[in-house]
Amino acid sequence: MQKLLIAVDRFSTWFGKAGAWSAAVLTLLICWEVFSRYVLNQPHAWMLDVQIMLYGLLFMTAGAYTLAKNGHVRGDVLYGFFRPRTQATIDLVLYIVFFLPGIIALTWAGWSFAQDALAIREQTFSADPLPIYPFKFVVPIAGGVLLLQGLVEIVRCVICIRTGEWPSREEDVEEVDVDKLKEMVHVKDSDIESLDQYVVRQAEHKGGQA
Amino acid sequence: MKIRKELWFGFILMGLIGGGALAMVLSVDQMTNGHYGLLMLSLVVVAIMLGFPTAFTLMGMGMLFAFFAYHSGDQSAAGALKQTLDLMVQRAFSVMTNDVLISIPLFVFMGYLVERANLIEKLFHSLHLSLARVPGSLGVATLVTCAVFATATGIVGAVVTLMGLLAMPQMLRAGYDVRLTAGAITAGGCLGILIPPSVLLIVYGATAGVSVVQLYAGAFFPGIMLAGLYILYVIIMAKLKPDWAPPLSAEQRRVPLPEPLLRIGASSEGWALSGLFNALKGKRNQQVSTGYLLGQLGIALAPAVLFAAVALTTYQSVTTVAVEETYDELVAMDEESSESSASDGGLAEPPSDEEEGGLAEPPGASGGDLAEPPGAEAATSAAAEPPADSVALPPGAAPAPATAEGSPAPTTQPAPTSYWIGLGVGALALAVFYAILSYARLEVFKMLLSSFFPLMVLILAVLGSIVFGLATPTEAAAVGAFGGLLLAAAYRQLTFGVVKESVFLTAKTSAMVCWLFVGSAIFSAAFALLGGQELVEQWVLGMNLSKTEFLILSQVIIFILGWPLEWTEIIVIFMPIFIPLLDNFGVDPLFFGLLVALNLQTAFLSPPVAMSAFYLKGVSPPHVTLNQIFAGMLPFMGIQVIAIILLYQFPEIGMWLPQVLYK
Repeated sequence: MQKLLIAVDRFSTWFGKAGAWSAAVLTLLICWEVFSRYVLNQPHAWMLDVQIMLYGLLFMTAGAYTLAKNGHVRGDVLYGFFRPRTQATIDLVLYIVFFLPGIIALTWAGWSFAQDALAIREQTFSADPLPIYPFKFVVPIAGGVLLLQGLVEIVRCVICIRTGEWPSREEDVEEVDVDKLKEMVHVKDSDIESLDQYVVRQAEHKGGQA
Repeated sequence: MKIRKELWFGFILMGLIGGGALAMVLSVDQMTNGHYGLLMLSLVVVAIMLGFPTAFTLMGMGMLFAFFAYHSGDQSAAGALKQTLDLMVQRAFSVMTNDVLISIPLFVFMGYLVERANLIEKLFHSLHLSLARVPGSLGVATLVTCAVFATATGIVGAVVTLMGLLAMPQMLRAGYDVRLTAGAITAGGCLGILIPPSVLLIVYGATAGVSVVQLYAGAFFPGIMLAGLYILYVIIMAKLKPDWAPPLSAEQRRVPLPEPLLRIGASSEGWALSGLFNALKGKRNQQVSTGYLLGQLGIALAPAVLFAAVALTTYQSVTTVAVEETYDELVAMDEESSESSASDGGLAEPPSDEEEGGLAEPPGASGGDLAEPPGAEAATSAAAEPPADSVALPPGAAPAPATAEGSPAPTTQPAPTSYWIGLGVGALALAVFYAILSYARLEVFKMLLSSFFPLMVLILAVLGSIVFGLATPTEAAAVGAFGGLLLAAAYRQLTFGVVKESVFLTAKTSAMVCWLFVGSAIFSAAFALLGGQELVEQWVLGMNLSKTEFLILSQVIIFILGWPLEWTEIIVIFMPIFIPLLDNFGVDPLFFGLLVALNLQTAFLSPPVAMSAFYLKGVSPPHVTLNQIFAGMLPFMGIQVIAIILLYQFPEIGMWLPQVLYK
């Protein structure tokens, strides 16, 4: 079971990471356009449309990836203090009540939305029109991957309710990776520990005064 | 099940919301759709507090209630379902094609790249040495480092963690109070969310339909003001309670001089210019290469050369037509200025470089309370600024010329007299700079040159080009990201791995924010369909509030929401409810946005969801308790409230710059 879960994780991650590169493409493309417009004096009418498509692609494809890494923002007043089993129960119920209807509807509606666009070979509304219907297929495809990842998360919840602890996930690059940051500024754990004496001394000093 | 005490806060809050909703349901004679809308709102807050990913909570709840709203008419279930599906995909697609939000991944990308360029260590070290004589110098240096670095990266967690690793040991060793230390680091780390270019303002702009450009122009001075107030607080505390922030000893202030300089007989207090000249022509320089001495001299003379170049080019530009600014070269300048030699032809760059470079420097150097000349004035005053700023570097030297510099009234026509005044002030500042330029200060200057100035140039080039209308936020963000790439390359940190990690992190962060937008777009559509908005409007208008009362009420609500929720959730869920009300009270959405942005700073510091506190705790010595950190953050929260009041009392702090630029 765990193997299957990890395999789906990997697929979502791969899908999201592939889309993620559009951030780099977007950066380079806009820089080039800025150069082209201000220096070469050659603006391109289709540029904004491409920008929008790259940006849409970026965040839609990363939705499942982010879910696989548990990266979507949660309200953390209570959640962090709950036992894993309580967490999993809440998650399981809300995945079924909110996530499944929402994402199924989005995927379903997205599919007919994209089919409509395909039927008329829809183009962007600009001087140099680009086909926009492939972009509209991003909605159902990203929705489908997200749905798949959601099902995996639901299985994780069930496992957690049974065993009392969360099944493991594969590691990924973290926004705040404390160990990496420590290495970056050359601080060792022993350095932090050696600091403790100053804190303790201060506390004693304060205690002595009071 | 025994309930742990950490849970009480959340449960009580949920109980209050649930009770309020129940009271509303029981008190009305007949449930209209509007009441269901409000019920949905209270339900969603409860659901969010349970901890399910907010984006999907909003999406699911919005879908269910949208179906309910469509179905409540004489619509068949199948028809209502079809309408709901159409609504969902339309709203999702509208987020995908929102051209304001494009800049979010780009700014986030820039932030990750700058963070990985790893210049924070150098930045903190150089600021700490250059501010050594200021009371509470380590605290002030921490705050300035935080402000600059957080502004460039915008990643609160990373900044707080890094400063916890770098500044905290130094401050504790120097005998600083634990609470003051913790407060300065956590509060400083959050500044990046307020000071533009920040993602918060883009999110607000996209939600409220306010121009991001105007928001950036407006948030600049409030952000600097808040940073200034923090610094003021630390300085006052250092004066009042010296044992909280003891001054640095002479040993800690000492700047080590490089070996070759020592060999030509340099001492820390020795006057650098004459020393270098003498060494060049004298006979004492046998072991030191002439090239090295020329290099040192070049750095020392760089401000003067820069000043002359700017003076000449701006003279041309004020006497003829305005120079055309080419944006992408500005960022290239970062690199050039980070290379330590100014005599390598970098000065032969087009005029725009020097202007931006000049503009870039003063705010940080003078502690951030300096008025930046707007518009056409910029070119003229820029002439004066690089040297003025350099004067502020040596500890103790008051940035008087710099502040005096900001005073010329903003004229749209660059008058020759203002040019000559600027030139005079600049020349004076330059003279003072060279008069006190000792070897030690030259060393500090070199360090700043390679850490502080590149970041400032990057930030202000991005910000300046947006605010002065040279580039759209998207373009500036992309070029900023490219600048981050160059910065990382300049610091030899640019590997494929770094880019890859930054790209993936960018994708995750953008997905987090933008999916939240998708959810809230569906949710607020359902809320509007149910007519919840009209009901809220009726209620608020029924209370007969004055403008002030309304503002206070709304800010208090946002402040309270900041305790259990994060800023993203507050903006995307609650701003669509507040914004339509503003018109009734004659409040400018731009001004409201600035108040909200300041207010949400408190959301980072208010327990129990104070992210900064937990990040700092993660890298603190074991005996530093969370309670100490929270206690340290309280005064800074107080300062934030003072800042909100100040901004309310003197709206010009925020509104002056947008009004000057865009009216």
